[in-house]
Order: sequence, then structure tokens, then C-alpha cells
Amino acid sequence: MQTLIRPAVTLFVMLSVVTGIVYPLAVTGIAKVVFPDQAAGSLIVKDGKPVGSALIGQNFSDPKYFWGRPSATGPMPYNASASGGSNLGPLNPALIDAVKGRIEALKAADPGNSAPVPADLVTASGSGLDPHISQAAAEYQVMRVARLRGLQISAVQRLISDNTENRQLGFLGEKRVNVLALNLALDRLAKP
Amino acid sequence: MTNHAWLLLGAYLAILLLVAKPFGIYIANIMEGRPSLALRLGGGTESLLYRLCGIRKDEEMGWLNYALAILLFNVLGALAVYGLQRLQLWLPLNPQAMTNVSPDSSFNTAVSFVTNTNWQGYVGEATMSYLTQMLGLAVQNFFSAATGIVVVIALIRGFARHTAKTIGNAWVDLTRITLYVLLPISLVYAVFLVGQGVIQNFDAYKDVTTVEVTKYDAPKLDAAGQPVKDAKGNAVTETVSQPTQILAMGPVASQEAIKMLGTNGGGFFNANSAHPFENPTPLTNFIQMLSIFLIPAALTLTFGRMVGDMRQGWAVLTTMTLLFVVMAVTAMYFEHQANPLLTQLGVDPAMGNMEGKETRFGIADSGLFATITTLASCGAVNAMHDSFTPMGGFVPLWNMMLGEVVFGGVGTGLYGMLVFAIMAVFIAGLMIGRTPEYLGKKIEAYEMKMVSIAILVTPLLVLAGTAIAVMVDAGVAGIANPGAHGFSEILYAFTSAANNNGSAFAGLSANTPFYNVMLSIAMWFGRFGVIVPVLALAGALAAKKRIAVSAGTMPTHGPLFVVLLIGTVVLVGALNYVPALALGPVVEHLMLWSGR
Repeated sequence: MQTLIRPAVTLFVMLSVVTGIVYPLAVTGIAKVVFPDQAAGSLIVKDGKPVGSALIGQNFSDPKYFWGRPSATGPMPYNASASGGSNLGPLNPALIDAVKGRIEALKAADPGNSAPVPADLVTASGSGLDPHISQAAAEYQVMRVARLRGLQISAVQRLISDNTENRQLGFLGEKRVNVLALNLALDRLAKP
Repeated sequence: MTNHAWLLLGAYLAILLLVAKPFGIYIANIMEGRPSLALRLGGGTESLLYRLCGIRKDEEMGWLNYALAILLFNVLGALAVYGLQRLQLWLPLNPQAMTNVSPDSSFNTAVSFVTNTNWQGYVGEATMSYLTQMLGLAVQNFFSAATGIVVVIALIRGFARHTAKTIGNAWVDLTRITLYVLLPISLVYAVFLVGQGVIQNFDAYKDVTTVEVTKYDAPKLDAAGQPVKDAKGNAVTETVSQPTQILAMGPVASQEAIKMLGTNGGGFFNANSAHPFENPTPLTNFIQMLSIFLIPAALTLTFGRMVGDMRQGWAVLTTMTLLFVVMAVTAMYFEHQANPLLTQLGVDPAMGNMEGKETRFGIADSGLFATITTLASCGAVNAMHDSFTPMGGFVPLWNMMLGEVVFGGVGTGLYGMLVFAIMAVFIAGLMIGRTPEYLGKKIEAYEMKMVSIAILVTPLLVLAGTAIAVMVDAGVAGIANPGAHGFSEILYAFTSAANNNGSAFAGLSANTPFYNVMLSIAMWFGRFGVIVPVLALAGALAAKKRIAVSAGTMPTHGPLFVVLLIGTVVLVGALNYVPALALGPVVEHLMLWSGR
């Protein structure tokens, strides 16, 4: 047993230095040179100030903007320093009530819309920070946004397709629209 | 199942099976110390390490010393992770000034990361300093993975050797796996992840001014920080305006790579691989899924190579692959079903069950990820299992109950499966009345005792733990969802802990002294309660003579054996849990579809 203690302690310390200090610093160093923007969080800069990350969703509740996925983070939605989902089970009455409330909010902002509600627009994402909605969820909101902003429907649809990402390599993931990028593009369009 | 889902599964399997053989042979060469480019390149560093540590690399150990070395190395790991958490406020690399973690939570997390479980009772981005993450948690991601792999290598040597007293040198094995397998792959992998958008920095959290001001209701606090109550005693809320978003930062990519490669699964952030900074694109998601099964799949062929018969390895890999496909198809099928209660409200059922899932992954990539992460004892999640449909959530639970032997954790999966293989030849031997043998080794009473302990220890921990938790107030208090689902949450927690998986039905409030202690016990004994008998088995097998193949030897490389092994895993491994499963997901499924 005693012959085991010295190698155990020294090997533990040595390999800890290699895997716990040298390795992460090496990755940081390489990342800073090769992918500096991504390593720092893919920040979107507007007028010299960061307004968000291209990968992290933001909360939108103004009907003039496209709304993203509902977010279950606390205490406020889209809290990017406390990620998480609702963890509500499929039979939980709290889930049913929450979805009911979200459908009502969508209908209140757009009374004429009788299309079926896309599921991702009324269910909370896993991270609470999902930056995307489905194409169907964007289409569902086109009329509302165009009307409230006095824009042509085709102009809004063009912005959607500009901010749509396809399946990666043709078969990975789902087709999706980046909500923050889309809303920033909308604001640019409105302000000449 | 959509065409897309089939294509995804097919592409996944094709790539996995293609890389398994060359990589498996590479690992075998490293562990047998055959001359190779890697050993030549790293030889200097390796020798230096041994000199500094006083390790004589040609001096091999018997099984008992091997087990003691592994235990010692892991106890040191637990102490280090515990210490870092308890002292992090006074240590460097803590720009958010994270306070010291509570004793029970620190204890739980230390055990959790040392045992390769990575159960997380804490919220990463609100609890851990960068130093704790990289020097505590990520280091254990390497070491616990290395531990699992060297144990199975020792067991394989037990089969490969005969009339031998030793099963290898634990220090050399740990060093080689870390330096030649885990570290170089992680380095390349981490840089790739950054390229896709995973962050890697030591900055303080970034405050960004959002496009829209977020307004939310929060309890009003008085000057002393206590909630204000109105005349009726109800809490008063006020509307708070939040004009900024605070983006959590950190050295994520370096940790993410080894988290997946070592089937650890402990997220840097609370949302784990659902978080866009951990898993930003469908491509990273695909690579993460591949990297979970990469080493477990390769090790089956390392096994074939080291015992001198590749067909033995392919038989085990075939068994694993068949079970995996069935479970993957089941999970994806049920998650494609929309929640009927939401369809009644006017929600379009076309998209399936999206609660707790990310848009970029959708149903297929989330269902497949959930299957892979629970068959392997990884436990990373890219969607919240708690919000899966009842049968979609049944799959992860059942996968863990199989004992994490279908691919399983790195090393642990294969030694678990080899234990089942011995059980299978034993059962076959009983049926035809011959002494069972596997790979030329007679299986006798002592071996069967070790096999029985290794198989029975986890169900015992799961069922006893769940039973205690549902009987005491402290256990029931953690439940988040009412009804059968609440029971599933507790069952899931103990299944995950004892099988060293680490995923959760995360609604359960498990960061309490009760759960922290109970789950730590389950994790520790679920890990070392299996490792020690497996190493004893390795020692006993190594000491045996090799018997020649005769007409009475049951071949263990053909379809007959694959079917027998599948039967053994499913019957012995999972039947223990059928009553518990009936009370949880099965009841919930019947309720959901009967419209109750």
C-alpha cells in the first residue's frame, strides 16, 4: 500500500497540471488566434456596442417584433446566466396552463390569425436561450409584424429567408430562423 | 419515424462502425506498448513522468494492488474536487466571485465527477468558478474516463493471459490512456467546437443591452431583503425592468470535448448540451453524439485484438448495435408524437413534442441524442428528458436500467457487457450440463460470485434508494411534477446515479442534503462496487490455464451467442425494474392517451 502512495500523489498532480491547466490554456490560445469571435461568444455589435450574441436568444414580447421560443429561465425569461428548461411533464397541469396562456397572448396580438399554432412557438426550449424558431413559427407571425410596421408582406418574408439556416450538410438538425438577427434586420429596414 | 430520422440514424451508425476498428486497434497497440508513432513521440514525456513519480513501468501489479491503486487515485480526485469547491472564493480565475459551495453539494459533486457520473445538483454558470470547472471537474472528466478504460483493459488481459499473476501496471495504463488517447483527441475536438461557436475564454460575464427591455414580475423585497407581504399575508410582486442580458462565459470548449469523449456528461452550464454555447449547431450535435460512442465502440475491437480473435469483438459490437437501434427508433418514434393535451388547445401536432427541446435539433436529433447519452453512461442532454412523452422518457430510463452495457461508459460499458457474456455462457452451460467456458477460460464458482456481485449491486442501489426516497418527507419534497411522473423523477435519479449516467428528470430538486448524500452513496458504490469485483475477476481469469477449443465448446462469436447475450442483458439486466417502470412511465402513458 505504502509503495502506492507516492506514485498516486505525484502522478495525480502531474496529470492534473497537464489536463487541467496546460490543456485548457492551449485550447484558449489556439482559439484566440484561429476563431477569436466564436471564442468570445459570437457577439453582435451595433454602433460599437454589443447588443447580444448570435447564438443566444433574447426575450421579445412587443408584437412589432418576431417572438422567439418561450423561455423557462428564472427569474426573467432568457436569463443567460441561469439556463434551463421548464422540466414540466406532459401531463402536468402547469404545462397545459402555460401553453394556454401563450396561445391567448399570440391571439390577442393578432386576432385575425386562425392558423394552427406551431408547437415551438408555445413550448419552452431546453436551454431557455434558444435563438431560433421554426420556419412555420416565423410564417405564423408574418402578417402581424408586417401590419404593425406598415411593411409589405413580401419584404418581411424576404427578411425571414435571409435569416433562415437550412439543415447542416443536408441532413443534420432542422431548418430554422434566427430571431434576434431577424428582428435586428427588421429594425434596420424601418429606419432609413 | 421520418425519412430524415432514418437517414440520421443510418449515417451515424455508418461513421461509427467505420472508425471503430482502426481506433480500437490503435488503443490496443498503445495499451500493449507495441512500438508505434504515438509512443515514440510521447516516449520522452512519458519517461520523465515515470521518473518524477517513482514509477517502474515494467513492474506489473496483481489484481489487488491494481484495485488499490485505482481506488487511491480516485479518492485523491474526490478530495481535490471537494477542496476546490470549498475554497474557490479565495482561489484565482473566479471573475464572478462565486462563493464557496456548500459541504453537501461539494461532496455530491466530487463523488459525481470522480465516478464518471456527472450528476449535477448545482447550476454550473451560477455556482462554479472557472478554476473549479477546469482544474476540478474537467480533470476528473479525464481521470474517470481513464479509470474506466484501464479497468476493462485489465479485464481483457485476464482473458488474454494464462497462468499469470499480474494484470498490468495501473499507473502506466492511466498515463498512456490520458496522454495518447484522451488528450490529443480532446485538443483537436475542442478547437473544432470553438470553430462552430462554443466559447473558450476566461472573461467576466458579458453584459449586453438587449433590443427589447424585458419586464417581469418579481417578489418585492424590503430594505432587509425580506419579501414584502400584504394584509392577507400574500407576497407582493412588482414589475422589474431588465434592459440587459448577462451572457455567461468560460473555458467551455476544452471541457466540452472531454465531457463527451469520456462519456462524462457534466455540462459547463445548467442546460448542458442544450445550451447554444455548449452545442451551437446540428453539426456539433452530431459530432457530440459520435464522440459519446466512439471509445466504447472502439474498445470492443480493442478487446478482439487483445484476445487474438477479432470475431469476439465484432460479436459484442453487434449485440450492442442491435439493442441501440431498437431503443433509438423507439425514442424518436414517441417524441414525434405531439402531446394530445396540447393538440386539443389548437397547437399544430406536426412538429411533435417540442417542450424542452431546441429548435435547431428538433425531434430526431434530440431523440437520438437522448438514446445515445443514456445507453452510454454519458448523461449529457440536448433536450430536457423530464418533458419527454411518457414512453419517450421511458427509453432513457430503461437504457440506464440495462446496466450501461450497450456501448456504455468508456471502459465500463465493455466490462459490464463482458460480465453479462460470462453470465450468458454460464446460463448456456447450465442448459446443456457442461462446465461453462469463455475465451478458453473455465468459469467456476469464484468467477460467478464476482459476476453476480457486479450485476446485482446496481439494481440493489436503485431500488432500495428509490424506496427510501418515496417513504421519507425529504425525498418526496423534491418532486416537481404531480402523479406518476413524480415517482419517475425519483426512480430516474437513483437509476442515473447508481449506473453512473448523470442525466436527470431535472425537475427533481436534488440539491438538498438528503439527495446529495443518498445519491452520492448510489454513485460511489455503483462505480467501485462493480470495479473491484471486475478486477478480482481479471486476476482470477489471468491465473487460469487456457483450455483448448473442443467439440463441446460453445462458439462465442456467432449469431447464436449474440441472441443469447441480448436475452441475458434484457432479462437479467432489466427485469428487476419492471414493477417500478409500471408505476412510472407506463401508468403515465396510459393516462395521457386516455385523455385523463
